[in-house]
Amino acid sequence: MGQYIGAAIKRLEDPALITGRAKYTDDLQLPNMAYAAILRSPYAHARIKRIDTSKAAAMEGVIAVFTGEDIAQSGVPGVVPVGWLLPDLKTPPHPLLARDKVRHVGDGVAVVVAEDRYTAYDALEAIEVEYEPLPAVVNPADAVKEGQPLVHEDAPNNIAFDWSIGDKEATDEAFAKASHVVSLDLVNNRLIPNAMEPRATLADYNPVTGELTLWMTSQNPHIHRLLMSLASLGLPEHKIRVIAPAVGGGFGSKIHHYPDEAITAWCAMQVGRPVKWQATRMETYLTDAHGRDHVTHAEMALDENGRILGLRVQTYANLGAYLSTFAPAVPTYLYGTLLSGEYDIPAIYCRVIGVFTHTTPVDAYRGAGRPEATFVVERLMDLAARKLGLDPTEIRRRNFVPPDKFPFQTQVALQYDSGNYEAALQKALEIIDYKNLRQEQERLRQEGRYIGIGFSTYIEACGLAPSAVVGSLGAQAGQWESALVRIHPTGKVTVYSGSSAHGQGHVTTFAQIVADKLGVSLEDIEIIQSDTDQVQYGWGTYGSRSAAVGGSALAVALDRIVEKGRKIAAHLLEAAEEDVVFEDGKYYVKGAPDQAKTLQEVALQAYLAHNLPKGLEPALEAVAFYDPPNFTFPFGTHVAVVEVIPETGEIKILRYVAVDDVGNVINPLIVDGQVHGGIAQGIGQALFESAVYDENGNLVTGSMLDYAVPKAHFLPSFEVDRTVTPCPHNPLGVKGAGETGSIASPAAIVNAIVDALAPFGVEHIDMPVTPEKIWRAIHGNGRS
Amino acid sequence: MYPPRFDYYRAASVQEAVQLLQAHPEAKVLAGGHSLLPMMKLRLAAPPVLVDIGRIEELRGIQDLGDRLRIGALTTHWELERSDILARKCPLIPEAAAQIGDRQVRHRGTIGGNLVHADPGSDLPAVILALDGTLHLAGPNGTRQVAARDFFLDLMTTAVQPGEILTAVEVPVLGERTGTAYLKFEHPASGYAVCGAAAIVTLNADGTVAQARLCFNGITSTPFNAQNVTDALVGHTPDDATIEGVVDQHLHVGDPMGDVFASGAYRVELAKVFAKRALKQARDRAQA
Ligand SMILES: Cc1cc2nc3c(=O)[nH]c(=O)nc-3n(C[C@H](O)[C@H](O)[C@H](O)COP(=O)(O)OP(=O)(O)OC[C@H]3O[C@@H](n4cnc5c(N)ncnc54)[C@H](O)[C@@H]3O)c2cc1C
Repeated sequence: MGQYIGAAIKRLEDPALITGRAKYTDDLQLPNMAYAAILRSPYAHARIKRIDTSKAAAMEGVIAVFTGEDIAQSGVPGVVPVGWLLPDLKTPPHPLLARDKVRHVGDGVAVVVAEDRYTAYDALEAIEVEYEPLPAVVNPADAVKEGQPLVHEDAPNNIAFDWSIGDKEATDEAFAKASHVVSLDLVNNRLIPNAMEPRATLADYNPVTGELTLWMTSQNPHIHRLLMSLASLGLPEHKIRVIAPAVGGGFGSKIHHYPDEAITAWCAMQVGRPVKWQATRMETYLTDAHGRDHVTHAEMALDENGRILGLRVQTYANLGAYLSTFAPAVPTYLYGTLLSGEYDIPAIYCRVIGVFTHTTPVDAYRGAGRPEATFVVERLMDLAARKLGLDPTEIRRRNFVPPDKFPFQTQVALQYDSGNYEAALQKALEIIDYKNLRQEQERLRQEGRYIGIGFSTYIEACGLAPSAVVGSLGAQAGQWESALVRIHPTGKVTVYSGSSAHGQGHVTTFAQIVADKLGVSLEDIEIIQSDTDQVQYGWGTYGSRSAAVGGSALAVALDRIVEKGRKIAAHLLEAAEEDVVFEDGKYYVKGAPDQAKTLQEVALQAYLAHNLPKGLEPALEAVAFYDPPNFTFPFGTHVAVVEVIPETGEIKILRYVAVDDVGNVINPLIVDGQVHGGIAQGIGQALFESAVYDENGNLVTGSMLDYAVPKAHFLPSFEVDRTVTPCPHNPLGVKGAGETGSIASPAAIVNAIVDALAPFGVEHIDMPVTPEKIWRAIHGNGRS
Repeated sequence: MYPPRFDYYRAASVQEAVQLLQAHPEAKVLAGGHSLLPMMKLRLAAPPVLVDIGRIEELRGIQDLGDRLRIGALTTHWELERSDILARKCPLIPEAAAQIGDRQVRHRGTIGGNLVHADPGSDLPAVILALDGTLHLAGPNGTRQVAARDFFLDLMTTAVQPGEILTAVEVPVLGERTGTAYLKFEHPASGYAVCGAAAIVTLNADGTVAQARLCFNGITSTPFNAQNVTDALVGHTPDDATIEGVVDQHLHVGDPMGDVFASGAYRVELAKVFAKRALKQARDRAQA
C-alpha cells in the first residue's frame, strides 16, 4: 500500500485533547439547563416500604423529585433490557428506578432535578426512604445453594442460565485414559472499569417536535438509541438523536445501556428543560458494570509426553443483580469458546452457571471473557509443565496448533483464521534471552533471591463479529459495521463511520486508510463518528472490532469510490474503463501517466454532472455495510519477569515483554499505546485490583482509597514487539489490537510469581496477588 | 462531589482565627484542604463554617533556633521536602515529606493539617513522635505546648481542643553521629502508609548505640513508639544481627489495624521488617 498505512503518525485528535479544547459531555451547556442527581440504595437487598419526597421537593431550587412509581405511571416502557439471550435464560425486569425492592448497593431509588448540583445533592439527603433490610448473597458459588436469599423470585437458586459447550463424553473419556491430570480452583477477581471520565448524559427534549437529543458517554450511540427507543422511553427511533462527544475511555463500561441515562432523558421530558447528569467517581464504582468475577474449577488431562488430551472447566459466573446489556455473552460465548487457547486440544467441555447476586451487574470489561479463559488455560499449562517436569515453553510448543493447520477448527466452535504461535514465542524468548535468564534465576536462588519467569501464550477472538453467527448464539444485535465516504466537489473527503472511538484514535487510523487508498493528504480528510443523525448506522467500538470491521467497511467503501471515479475518469480520458489505473490520487490510461485526471478533477466533474458517462448518477460518494465472515484471532507471547521478596511478599516486575501478532498494523504508535494500556490493566488485575463485597453486600473497595488501579511507578517500561500474520479474510489483513494486553498479562504475571515461589512449593495464588497473599503462601508452606 | 452549604471566613492573623473559632463553635479550620475538603465533598464531614488560616503569614516557614527548629503549621510538604535547613539539620522530615501523596498534594497539604488530621496512615505523625517534637497551640486562653507523645489521642483525634489552632511544630536538633531514616510500605490505592517506620540512631564514639528512636505509622490507630526495641539497642554495637535480634525479641505491636489489603497480622510482620530496614539505614547514615 502507500505511505500512510503502517506509519507511526501522531494522533490527529490529541492537540484538542491535551490543550483542553475537546468537549466532554459535562463541558456542554445548554440554556435553561437543570441538573439531575440520583438517590442510591445503601442496602444490597431491601424492601422499599415508603418513599417520602415531599421535603426534598419543597426545597428552594428543586424542580422535581421522581420515583420509580412516577416513571411507571408515565406509561413509558421504563426498563433496561438484556441484548443477548441464551436458552432458558431468566430475564427478570430491570426497571429504571427500583420500586418494590432494591437489589444492590447503588440501585437507583429516586431522582432529583434541581437548578444546580449543590441543591440536587442537598435534596437527595432530604428524601426519606424506609427500607426493610433483607439478607444478601454476594458470592456466585454460594448463591446457587439451597436456602440462600433470592435476588429475583423467578430465578430459583439465583441461576440465570446453565450453559455448556463442547463434548462432555469425549472429554470424560480423555480424562479416563490420561497419564497426568492437573487441576486448579481459582477465583477470577471482580474488576471495576475506571474509565477516566465517569458516565454522563445531557438530555434535551423538544415537546413541539417530539425530538430528544442525548449527548452521552457512549461507545455505541446507535445501540443506545435503539434501546432507549424500544425499552426505556418508547419514543420513536427517528425522533432520538444520540451523540457521543469526546469520551474519556470506556473499556466496555460505556457499551451497556444503564438506567441512569434513560432516567435523565425521561426527566428532561417531564420538566421540559435540558437536564444533565454526571456520575461521581463513587457512583461509577456502584453502577458501572463490573468485569470478571468467576469461581472456577478446571482440569487438564495429558498424555505421558505432555500432549493435552482434554480440558474440563466448570465456572460460576457472577452476573450481579440484573442482566446488563451483553452480560450473558461474556462468560459463555466469549469465554468457553476460547478455552482451546493456542493449542490443539482434542476434547473440551465447559459448563458455566450464570448467577444473580446482590451486587453491581457484571458485563464486558476490556477483554471480556477472553482474559478469564486465557487465565484458566495458561495457569493449567504451567501446572502441567511443573507436574511433567517440562519447561513451560516446551509444553506449550508440544501443543501449539502448527502454522500449516490453519484455518483451525477448535472443539469449542471457533475456527482460527491464521497464526504462527511458535514464531511469536521464539521472538519473545530471544528478547528476554531465555536461556541465560533461567541460569540467572538459578544463581540468584542460591543467594536467597527469588526471580520468576511467567509466560502467557494467548489467543483471542476479536473483530466482533459475523452477524449471522452471533445471531445464532443469541445476540439481539448485528455486528457488521458501516462506512460512508463522501468526496466533496473540491476533492476533500468526509467519512462517516459507525465505529465510535472513545480514546482509540480512529480519526488517525481511519484517515491513514483513506489517505493511502485515495492518495489524498491527511489534512483533507474528516472522520465523523458517534452521532446517530450524521452516521448512517453503526454498532460501535468494543471487542477490538473497529479496525477489523469498521476499517474493513471503510476500505470497501473507498474501493467503491475508486471504481466510480474510474468510470468518470475513463469517460473524460476517452478510454476504456479497464485501461484506466488509479495511483497516488490520479487516474490515467495505462502507460500514459502524464495525461492524468486527479481525484479532485474527477470529483468536481461528478458534482457538476455536465459530462458524465451515460446512466451514471452524479456525485461521488459510497457507502459500505461490512459483515465479517469470521472473527479475527490475534495472538502472541507475553513474558513477565518478577522478583518476590519473601520476608514481606513485595513484588517487583523486572521486565515485561510482549510479542503480539495483531495482523497488519495501520499505526504502530497507536497499537503500541493500546498494548501498553492493556498490559497496565492486566497487571492491575493480577496485582492490585479487586472489587470486594462484605457479606452484607457493601462494596468495601468503594473508592480509589481502597481500590487500587496501577500507578505509573508500579510498572516497568514495557518491551513490545510484534510478528505479523495477516488476517486472511478482511480487506486490510488486520486483526484488532485493543485487548491483547489485558487478555495476556494476568496469566503471565501470576505464572511468573508462582514460578518465583516454586522453591516454597506454592502452586497457585488467586488474583490480585498482594504481598500479604504471597507472604501467607510462603508461610503456609513452611520455610520463610 | 458537592459539599453541603457552609460559610467561609478568611483569618488574617492567628488572633483573628482564634476569635472566629470562638464565634463559631462548630467551625473547622481550613489549611491546605487536602484532607478536609475531600471529606466534605463525600459528605462525610459537614462543618457549617470554615475558618481559612491558609494565608496567615506568621504560620509559614522554617526557622533555625539553634538547639531546635521551628516549623510553621502552614508549611507545605513540598517546602519541607525542599528546605535547606531541614536537609542539613533534620533530614528525617524531608525524607518522609517526599513520600506523601503526589506533587500536587505536597504543594497544598501542610504539616499542621497532616498532624491535626491524624490519619493513621499519614507519614508525618510518627516522624514528629520519633523526633520528640513539641506542638504549639493557640486558643482563647492563650498559647500552650503539647509534647508529641501526648498529642495523638486516638484515630484522627488529637489534643487540639475546640477553638484552638496548631501554630507550629518544634523539633530538637539532633546530635552528632546521628542517622535517621523513614521507610514506607505504601497502600497501592491510597498511597498512605500501610506501615511507615521512622528510625533515629545516635552512636557513641565507640560505635555503640547512645540513643535510638523507632516509631511507626499505619499499623495502629495512633503512631506507635517501639520504645522496647530502642531501649534494648542502647549500649550495643548495632550490627545487622543485633538489630534483627532485638527487633524480633522486643517489637510487640498491640491491636494492629487491618483492611482488605493488609490484615493486622501482616502489618505486624511488616513492622518487623521495616523496623530492621529503617534501623539499619539510620545506623549506616550515623556511621557515615
Ligand atoms: C490524594 C491524596 C494523597 C495523600 N497522600 C498522603 C500520604 O501519602 N501521606 C500523608 O501523610 N498524607 C497524605 N495525604 C494527606 C495530605 O498530606 C494532607 O494535606 C494532610 O493530611 C492535611 O493537611 P491540609 O493542610 O491539607 O489540612 P486540611 O485538609 O485543611 O485540614 C485537615 C484537618 O486538620 C485541621 N487543621 C488543619 N490545620 C490546622 C491547624 N493549623 N490547627 C488546627 N487544626 C488544623 C482541619 O480543621 C481538618 O480537620 C494525601 C491527601 C490526598 C488528597
